[in-house]
Amino acid sequence: MDSMVRNSKEAQRKAAMAVLAHSGATEIAGRLADITVPAHENLREPENGLVMVRGRIGGDGAPFNLGEATVSRAAVRLATGEVGFGYTLGRDIQKAQMIALCDAMVQSAELVGEVEAKVIAPLRAVMIAERSRKAEETAATRVDFYTMVRGEG
Amino acid sequence: MYVAVKGGERAIENAHRLLAHERRGDRDVPDLSLAQIAEQLSLGVDRVMTEGSLYDRELAALAIKQARGDMIEAIFLVRAFRATLPRFGATEPVNTGEMQVRRRISSTFKDIPGGQILGPTFDYTHRLLDPQLAEGFVPEQPATSEASQAATPRVTDILGRDGLIETSPQAEADAPVGDLTREPLNFPADRDLRLQNLARADEGFLLALGYSTQRGYGRNHPFAGEIRFGEVEVEFFAEDAGFAVPLGAIALTECQMVNQFKGSATEAPCFTRGYGLAFGQSERKTMSMALVDRSLRARELDEEVTAPAQDEEFVMSHSDNVQATGFVEHLKLPHYVDFQSELGLLRKLRQEFAEANEAPELQEAAE
Repeated sequence: MDSMVRNSKEAQRKAAMAVLAHSGATEIAGRLADITVPAHENLREPENGLVMVRGRIGGDGAPFNLGEATVSRAAVRLATGEVGFGYTLGRDIQKAQMIALCDAMVQSAELVGEVEAKVIAPLRAVMIAERSRKAEETAATRVDFYTMVRGEG
Repeated sequence: MYVAVKGGERAIENAHRLLAHERRGDRDVPDLSLAQIAEQLSLGVDRVMTEGSLYDRELAALAIKQARGDMIEAIFLVRAFRATLPRFGATEPVNTGEMQVRRRISSTFKDIPGGQILGPTFDYTHRLLDPQLAEGFVPEQPATSEASQAATPRVTDILGRDGLIETSPQAEADAPVGDLTREPLNFPADRDLRLQNLARADEGFLLALGYSTQRGYGRNHPFAGEIRFGEVEVEFFAEDAGFAVPLGAIALTECQMVNQFKGSATEAPCFTRGYGLAFGQSERKTMSMALVDRSLRARELDEEVTAPAQDEEFVMSHSDNVQATGFVEHLKLPHYVDFQSELGLLRKLRQEFAEANEAPELQEAAE
């Protein structure tokens, strides 16, 4: 039971992180401005670094190193003890810091409702709308084959 | 004799100042923004990210601007930058089967599940210069239609279900993955290292090698089983968080080349494959990469190694344009001392030759 609770919490944190990683720093900051940010301290100073991006041979085989990507990471601790982690592609350390803060809030029973409703949910809506727009543009370039029938058969 | 090479400092400083001025061009023309480069020269940015081996659109745009559009110089700048940052680790392998596809075509099957999706492509354009673009042309908004919820499985997965194509080589979950940025290359090199090398290899070099296989130098009868381009999610196992955290999405192009079959006394014949993967929309690159990946499997598939594209040491030692440009371009640095000794030796040889042939006019000419 314990592990199920932990897994569902982890899934919720991952889902929130995914939305935040897809969102722009300005948009996240705009949403965070709508809520009261709790007292917190940096557990890890935000920093830039690299990750080696891996692919798989043939798409589904053994891994290989494709090339690196820039990333930023941060870790914060709320005054109430929750520790949040922020990771994102790119070199925007403020964005990593905000993701860490949101991750900490998602773990707080008092704050999770507000951060989900006022930060994550609206950003998720933007992300989904953007994906749908791209998918619709892409769908218009799908080839519809038809067969020309010649003669009388 | 030691020849001191000094006194160039001021000339170098002024040369770089002149370079900065020339880079800027006519100052009455507006300065290029990085956003303009990233948005409007996006395939150039993709190439610099791929061969610079660093996914960061803004940095690649900056490199292109600083290099005045010289792609290899820009790639060099990006490679140098990556050496300044610590590496946190490696991502989970990306799953291209779950790509948000923007383009996906197969030249082997007309009716593939998920369909043939052309996406933004130069294919079927007439390659006529468009004078409208010279004058701030505003294109139409893209057409839209209802997005399909159907999955877009890899074509090789479909062939694989019937055993018609070889399966991808698998590895133990914790088996080390070769990294040529960490250890020097040794030959023979495994396929993981070969693919890493090809992924950052010069597009022109791979294009020429891939083309050479089509023209008969190591022929392997390829079909473009599938080419797909789109965004994939990247996850990184963060030690501190204790789980794989999402980092966001990157754009990738993947090419699955399907090649002539191979069988043995114990195994039924099946198609073989070559694989290409690159950052951004890099179709020519991934197609060339897949052709060369397949040709470099000659030894593994018991094929006679006769052509350059099948020789892994030749291919992998000459594919990197930063290494290649370093060695070719170092020839323009001062070699005064080396040359002086060559000149001395040549004079001596010519004198000996002249004396032996009693031809005084040659000796004069050498002075």
